[in-house]
Amino acid sequence: MNHLAELPAPVALLASALVLAGAFLSLAGSFGLLRLRTFYDRLHAPTIATSMGISCVLLASMVVFTALQSRLVIHEVLVGALVVLTTPVTLMLVARTALHRDRLENNPGVPRAAAPDETAEHPEAARPEGPPA
Amino acid sequence: MRWLLPHPVVSAGLFVFWLLASRSVAPGPVVVGAIIAVLGGWALALLDPPQVRIRRPGLILRLLGRVFVDIIRSNIAVARIVLSRRPARRAGFMHIRLSLREPHALAALACILTATPGTAWLEFDPEEGWLLLHVLDLIDEAEWVHIVKERYEAPLLEIFR
Repeated sequence: MNHLAELPAPVALLASALVLAGAFLSLAGSFGLLRLRTFYDRLHAPTIATSMGISCVLLASMVVFTALQSRLVIHEVLVGALVVLTTPVTLMLVARTALHRDRLENNPGVPRAAAPDETAEHPEAARPEGPPA
Repeated sequence: MRWLLPHPVVSAGLFVFWLLASRSVAPGPVVVGAIIAVLGGWALALLDPPQVRIRRPGLILRLLGRVFVDIIRSNIAVARIVLSRRPARRAGFMHIRLSLREPHALAALACILTATPGTAWLEFDPEEGWLLLHVLDLIDEAEWVHIVKERYEAPLLEIFR
């Protein structure tokens, strides 16, 4: 890793701070996976790693290689773009599988459909002859 | 020209993508990139996607800036929920009725909501436009409806028209 010794100190500090921040956020995301209790809550935790965690690491990479090669290095943007474009696919696959299963098993607390359940949202709608709310 | 490049914007994007990924403009990568760009355009033409017209580039930039700020904000919020000892919060499902129907615009909205920690896109009913979301911190449901409808959906309706 000799070439890294050529980095000016401010650049090295900035890059280390970014790498540490990215690592910390990814760790927080993984910790959330362990810590949160329900499946649907757990969906949110890894998103920290795939949004800001990865952004910080990619930024650090851009800073280091731009400084080392004395030209703008931005192909890391591709990694970020691909991650943003592909995470919704896996997230929806996993989430909809869970929804499907919860609905089949009639688990409580899971919406029956994408449209709101009329009887649950507006109890008065279930009683057509009831007094107006 | 039309048969060679049925989707010129996508082909141009693939070409730039290839050059960026191979970090060179030497003849070799340029030739391979051009082949990939043409083949990619043909593959997309076979899928026959609906025509899309994108307007208002200024608004796209403003929306991107807004999403960038929201991603940072929600990252901090979710990290705080995960790391705090006793989180005072209520997670839950919520329904939002969208006016968006354009598939590309819906895909963009799905990317935005997924990239933002704290909101997860679960299901969309294209018939009536109901979107089922799971929100990690559902303290104020009206606030979330406002964020999705005003901050994201309104500009997307303007951009994809």
